Amino acid sequence: MKLREIASVLNAKVTCGADKLDQEIKMGYSSDLMSDVLTLDTSNLILITGLVNLQCIRTAEMADIKAIVFVRNKKATEQMLELACENGMCILESPYSLFKSSGLLYEAGLNPVY
Amino acid sequence: MKLTFDIQGGDFTHAGFPSSEVKKVLKQLNIDGKTIKRIVIALYEAEVNVVAHAWKGVINVEIDENKITSVLEDEGPGIPDIDLAMQAGYSTASKKVRDMGFGAGMGLPNMKKNTDELVIESEVGVGTKVKMVNYF
Repeated sequence: MKLREIASVLNAKVTCGADKLDQEIKMGYSSDLMSDVLTLDTSNLILITGLVNLQCIRTAEMADIKAIVFVRNKKATEQMLELACENGMCILESPYSLFKSSGLLYEAGLNPVY
Repeated sequence: MKLTFDIQGGDFTHAGFPSSEVKKVLKQLNIDGKTIKRIVIALYEAEVNVVAHAWKGVINVEIDENKITSVLEDEGPGIPDIDLAMQAGYSTASKKVRDMGFGAGMGLPNMKKNTDELVIESEVGVGTKVKMVNYF
């Protein structure tokens, strides 16, 4: 599924990496717990989270995750966006809840990690 | 090649910077992507542990032709029972740390999973030394 479709399904605003919307994403992982994200062996996934802080971007950086959706209308800070852009990530912001976002993406064909 | 970084306890703003720098160096050295991911995830977990639990610490990274050795030494409360701390789910993290998305008791097991060698030495009330080795 292309990031462009994900953004459309989630009615999301692209705040970083608008040039990466044609990138294909295979899987989605929803979590507010970065410790769990760090245990994943897969890389080509989008992280769906309501946890908005710098360590979320750092976690994605270490785990080779190239795209994050911040749900529940959460806004990434300037510092977060700067770090995300520096690492070539795509950041989306959706007004939907974590549950709704995950459900819509699953329905649209995005695969779970497990 | 040797790299050294200081860590301040409680400073979540800069946590991850050393791991990020190490990742850049390993990429430049053309190390395989999966190996890099294992190394930096273990290092980042270890870094977050120092930020979350200790007062301050130092990271010394040494990159040789066939391996990377990271040693994190902190001044902090130490770990009274390392076997217990290694158990998945066991945690003494504060609410602040949990609010950051960590402190679920997954860090040490994940460091073990992602390293070829992991040695933890700790003295209660003094500090903890973690040595991690990964072969390329």
